[in-house]
Amino acid sequence: MASLLEIDKLKTQFFTTAGVVKAVDGVSYTVDEGETVAVVGESGCGKSVTAMSILRLIPWPPGKITDGEIRFAGKDLLALSEEEMRNVRGKDISMIFQEPMTSLNPVLSIGMQLTETMLAHTDISEEDAHNRAVELLGMVGISEPERRLVQYPHHLSGGMRQRVMIAMALSCEPKLIIADEPTTALDVTIQAQILELMKNLTRDLGVALIIITHNLGVVARYADRVNVMYAGKIIESGTAADIYYRPHHPYTLALLKSVPRMDQQRQAKLDPVEGQPPDLTMLDEGCAFRPRCRFATTECAEGLPSLETVEGGHATACFNKDQVAATMKEAS
Amino acid sequence: MSPPNEAVAREDAQFRGVPTDDVLIDLKDLKMHFPVTEGVFIQSVIAHVKAVDGISFKIMKGETLGLVGESGCGKTTTGRCILKLEDPTSGEIIFHGQDLMNLDDKEMVEVRKKIQVIFQDPFSSLNPRMKIGEIIAEPMRVHNIVPDEEARNNRVVELLNTCGLKANFADRYPHEMSGGQRQRVGIARALAMNPEFIICDEAVSALDVSIQAQVVNLLEDLREEFGLTYLFISHDLSVVRHISHRVAVMYLGHMVELAECDELFDNPLHPYTRALLEAVPIPDPDLENGRAHQIIKGEIPSPINPPSGCVFHPRCPSAHDGCKKEFPEFREVKPGHWVACTEV
Repeated sequence: MASLLEIDKLKTQFFTTAGVVKAVDGVSYTVDEGETVAVVGESGCGKSVTAMSILRLIPWPPGKITDGEIRFAGKDLLALSEEEMRNVRGKDISMIFQEPMTSLNPVLSIGMQLTETMLAHTDISEEDAHNRAVELLGMVGISEPERRLVQYPHHLSGGMRQRVMIAMALSCEPKLIIADEPTTALDVTIQAQILELMKNLTRDLGVALIIITHNLGVVARYADRVNVMYAGKIIESGTAADIYYRPHHPYTLALLKSVPRMDQQRQAKLDPVEGQPPDLTMLDEGCAFRPRCRFATTECAEGLPSLETVEGGHATACFNKDQVAATMKEAS
Repeated sequence: MSPPNEAVAREDAQFRGVPTDDVLIDLKDLKMHFPVTEGVFIQSVIAHVKAVDGISFKIMKGETLGLVGESGCGKTTTGRCILKLEDPTSGEIIFHGQDLMNLDDKEMVEVRKKIQVIFQDPFSSLNPRMKIGEIIAEPMRVHNIVPDEEARNNRVVELLNTCGLKANFADRYPHEMSGGQRQRVGIARALAMNPEFIICDEAVSALDVSIQAQVVNLLEDLREEFGLTYLFISHDLSVVRHISHRVAVMYLGHMVELAECDELFDNPLHPYTRALLEAVPIPDPDLENGRAHQIIKGEIPSPINPPSGCVFHPRCPSAHDGCKKEFPEFREVKPGHWVACTEV
């Protein structure tokens, strides 16, 4: 069975005065129907740009998708006209953004914003759209939905606004939702509520979910599969268990070691990756993680390791993957 | 005096560098109520935001006290009150035996040499028009600690090195640096005064995980090297568990629990602390699959009109009628473990 979404060797670049920023540099991954896939990485690794590329929301200038393919349910999204693309956005694929404060329109009522998408994409009557909006707000756990529909975003708390965003995302029964750091701006107890809600709704409605985050805990709790990104590339992918218990890339290993864990007594100092992420305008032939990597050899400077299968669906892009795996085993 | 077994307990890694039981800061029943006004020309006070509503704690010399809670719980306001950046409504702030509440602005200037702050946002807390060297030298110049310019520049280089930055960073501007590097500048500036006490207000929250770990390690090294005391304000419970000796939990202006770090995380007693710990996802998929995920309902109420009695009762799974009447006493249920709940 073909996957719902297939991204193949996607390249998105930004042409700036400082040079060409290779924000996404040959990224490939797939999302099956009803599956939750996490994309993890630090600021500037290209995880959000990949998501924006799927919906073709990269602003030109300076950004442009320069190469690759994005197939959604058999359709080549990059070949669609702008008009056809508009029918995909919000209908087949919808998006939930990080900032519930800025992603809702402050001068439109909640009801207007909720029904707008439905009226634009489907033949629904205004009355049915209204009833559906009430139903959606109830589904995302907002009390007194009738009253909320006439309220404005500033009447709602951050958590409530994110619930409205989820209701909007679900309104046209999409097949895929892309959630870009959906809970980063929220408090922990509210974060847990929202994530649990998203998990239950996507499972009950059979919607696939791409969750973009930097929080390794969120990934462990909610993702079926994980893609780890660094400097515009996927450097490791696999099931959550592959990534957390059998990492084969030094960056994945380093990430896991640098997060303090709330469930463990502190044993020692944290073991951070030294140095900074690279400047994406100045990447060379070799592996981008090399300057910060404690497993680096001369081979790493000469060529770029490609994503190779370790076992089953677990793949990693590192020449020294066996040494990395051995280190992880020793440590545990 | 502490019992002898406590002294032994401090020998382990948790208590490295906590040498004494000297109290550095003693906060007694601190209250900060902000007036809410109405009217343009004739302003009248219509309500109060009870940001901090009667909290008390002590911080020992050389200790890191973690202060956790969600937005609006009053943790930042508490930090600002200690520095008297706010004018607290009532209470006592005893620092070195002196009540800061009684000091005037001029006397506070002297105190602020010893108490420094590291802020959350490394982008807005550095002046974009000043070079890094000037930013770090400014407090020494203002307080006239190192009057000689050359000596001051040498001290800047020394501080940069201490914080893991190269000397040539002194000639750069903030926009030329990454978030992690800017946070190191913020730390260097705080250290310039040779402070005794540093309030870290979400000091690592804006940083990426790999950079966050570097800065956490730096803060720990500095505490040991210079015998510093930290009030570590954060919403990130994982970092707090890693860095703190003791942890205090706040909710809606009140302190609900206070205990030694491991005790609080392994044996939380207050329903809110339990809910908070349950909500934090742990980076371990198998463990996550096995967790109950009992998620607390509802949102944080407004501090203008907080619930009666125990402020947590509308969200509390074990609340009863008595909880609506009176805020429970903050009492010591085990040695060193304080909690404000009648049901414990």
